[in-house]
Amino acid sequence: MKKFDKDRLILGFAGPVLALVVALALTTVVLLASGRNPFEPYRIMFESASYVDVQVLIVNQAGTYYLAALAVAVGFRMNLFNIGVDGQYRLAAMMAALVGASVSLPGPLHIALIVIVAMLVGAFWAGIAGFLKTTRGVSEVVSTIMLNSIATALVAWLILPKNFGEQPAGSNNLTTGEIAESGWFPGLPMGDQAGEIYGFTFVAAGCGLLYWFVLNHTRFGFDLRATGASESAAQASGVDAKKMILTSMLISGAVAGLAGMPTLLGDTHTYSLDFPTGIGFTGITIALLGRNNPLGIAFSALLIAFLDKSSASLDQYGYEKEIATIMQGLIVISVVVSYELVRRYGIRRQQQKVGEELAAGHAIKTEKEAAL
Amino acid sequence: MKILYGMQKPDEGTIAINGEQVSFSNPGDAIERGIGMVHQHFMLADNFTVLENVVLGGEKLYGIGSGARKKIKEISDAYGLGIRPDALVEDLGVADRQRVEILKVLYRGARILILDEPTAVLVPQEVDALFANLRELKAEGLTVIFISHKLGEVLSVADDITVIRRGTTVGTADPASTTTKQLAELMVGSELPSPETRESTVTDVPMLRVRDLALTVTDPDGTVRDVLAGIDLTIHQGEVLGIAGVEGNGQTELIEALIGMRIPDGGVITLDQDDISQVPTRKRREAGIGYIPEDRHRHGVLLDAPLWENRILGHVTEKPNSRGWLLDNKAARADTERIVREYDVRTPGIEVTAASLSGGNQQKLIVGREMSHAPKLLIAAHPTRGVDVGAQAQIWDQIREARREGLAVLLISADLDELIGLSDTLRVMYRGRLVADADPATITPEELGSAMTGAATGHLESPEDEAR
Repeated sequence: MKKFDKDRLILGFAGPVLALVVALALTTVVLLASGRNPFEPYRIMFESASYVDVQVLIVNQAGTYYLAALAVAVGFRMNLFNIGVDGQYRLAAMMAALVGASVSLPGPLHIALIVIVAMLVGAFWAGIAGFLKTTRGVSEVVSTIMLNSIATALVAWLILPKNFGEQPAGSNNLTTGEIAESGWFPGLPMGDQAGEIYGFTFVAAGCGLLYWFVLNHTRFGFDLRATGASESAAQASGVDAKKMILTSMLISGAVAGLAGMPTLLGDTHTYSLDFPTGIGFTGITIALLGRNNPLGIAFSALLIAFLDKSSASLDQYGYEKEIATIMQGLIVISVVVSYELVRRYGIRRQQQKVGEELAAGHAIKTEKEAAL
Repeated sequence: MKILYGMQKPDEGTIAINGEQVSFSNPGDAIERGIGMVHQHFMLADNFTVLENVVLGGEKLYGIGSGARKKIKEISDAYGLGIRPDALVEDLGVADRQRVEILKVLYRGARILILDEPTAVLVPQEVDALFANLRELKAEGLTVIFISHKLGEVLSVADDITVIRRGTTVGTADPASTTTKQLAELMVGSELPSPETRESTVTDVPMLRVRDLALTVTDPDGTVRDVLAGIDLTIHQGEVLGIAGVEGNGQTELIEALIGMRIPDGGVITLDQDDISQVPTRKRREAGIGYIPEDRHRHGVLLDAPLWENRILGHVTEKPNSRGWLLDNKAARADTERIVREYDVRTPGIEVTAASLSGGNQQKLIVGREMSHAPKLLIAAHPTRGVDVGAQAQIWDQIREARREGLAVLLISADLDELIGLSDTLRVMYRGRLVADADPATITPEELGSAMTGAATGHLESPEDEAR
């Protein structure tokens, strides 16, 4: 039995490694084709990542990505493609910031309120897509994409000064007003120059643990995975598919709502026009690369955050930092291809091995054989 | 078989056609060499005509117009297939569709035909017609490879028999001098299994009662169609109720209504005194309905999940799989090993995926899983389809044993010998209604077959009675 587990482990690593190698090779080709030194950018990026302050940036960014990717992964495990994580995250962060700025409560309660509002708003926004799918059969891919646009418009409208927003004096920016200090999530200081790691990053790690536990050790998690693996079989086994779709969309949205929290609670303390966007889409890349596995997602989040943050220094050396963006795109493509290749290979290999083991008489001894 | 048709590559060995060594890397190569395959599951587009289906993918051969039509007519007449090129496939019965499949293969110039379990979906009269077609083909000099686990059929149609067991040739036989018993012994390496149940264990305690069950579906064009109408049946403790019928006459819908996957339009379902008509699937299964689905890949297993997770499927709320809201993976694993041992599932371990087991072993795992929860009612749809003879006997044994302990069984099968042998009571389903009943002790497959095509209704008498 051990042998199969080792095989699975190797195959599990083969996919991402293959994808990364291919992506790296293709990026090098792109660099060569544009007449650049194909190796220098990598060196610059690694060098920049050796500074503690950049490392802190990477970890903080990875925390945000991690939550967004978990939100996507919950959907993926159910065979649902929640492309709307981005809209859910932005709307949730903004509403949470609004509520957070308008109340004053003792520390932990204040934070808890902001977090809960964010989760509820995210869940609500994703829930719309879930509701449409279960009642009207609308594909969640289409509805979540559209809900992203609606969220953008809604946020832009809500943040107008005549509605709920504020315009700081001497600035063109619009904000939701600053959250009082009781609603700031304490961080982990890493030294004077380096700044601090957001406290919420550890909450993100906790979410990963929870995700793993719920999926693998609860009845609900089993139903969710079964539905993702085969909806018809899950239905025959007694899963209420509609309820399951709605529930997992709500959970996905709630986690998406959390994705804005590291930045909001640890850094900006307000939602403004320059609040980071596109997190949800990066989350899709990361969930894919991490194969919806909580540990895999963690590594992928760190990798993508590394590409993001360390590429900033490329500009100073005369390289475009978009090199990292190209690389991210290439990673997505090669991930999809290489995982499918590895998956097929894995199935073939296992069938072959099972055949061999059976032919060699390594089957578990059954009672019928014992009786002979 | 897959290798012969180029769908899989052999590890070693050679294939020779007309003395010439060949190797196929895809089905296209095989077709080019004159090998054609008729699959067990038909590969036809329902909303196309016969002509369109035959031409599809072979447009270059005789065009798509009158040339193709002429050729189809020619083949159809030459082998007595009786094909109407302009009929819509969705209007054709199973036997006609099968002939279309055969014609499709011949149209592509096949000289060697592989038929995979072609009789599984046919009633006895249709089987005879198929055999007549096959003899025509043979007379025209074509080679036919007929794969079947029904021994009587093999003996009656074949000129030469090769027995394969667990991937190796175990022997050859001459149909003229071999009996089914000898053939079966070759196949299983032991005595011929028979589905016959000896003593009756039927009690008068009703376990499942179905009253006036009705189900309608609305077709895409808006017409409302009865799929199930006026279904009345009672299964007692210790009784096996067999339902005979050509596939597609409402059996699938009946099962799905009983298990709660379809909401019937009317009727009452009572399980052990409790009205379960409105109860969701999971509660029904917890209440003691075991389910061996007809399509195990769609409804019975998670192909990419390991065996022990498949053991949890359908019983996630029950012991030993879970305690409260938490899964008990350890206990589930241990119990999977027990099922593998007791139900003779051939596997190197419980961590391999269900997809890597053969169909028969998947089925044994499903049977073991369903029996492990002491069901009150077992819904068994084609419990031995695609299962080798040895496993078949074992599954029959298990059903019989559970029946002795008071299990009620609803058995649906296309294998009439299995139905007649296992059932205590037989009903015939035709166009969504239970049109006839019969006593399995006296009925013959042929008689049952005629009722299945709607030719006979009411209580079916044994042939002796009829002759008088």
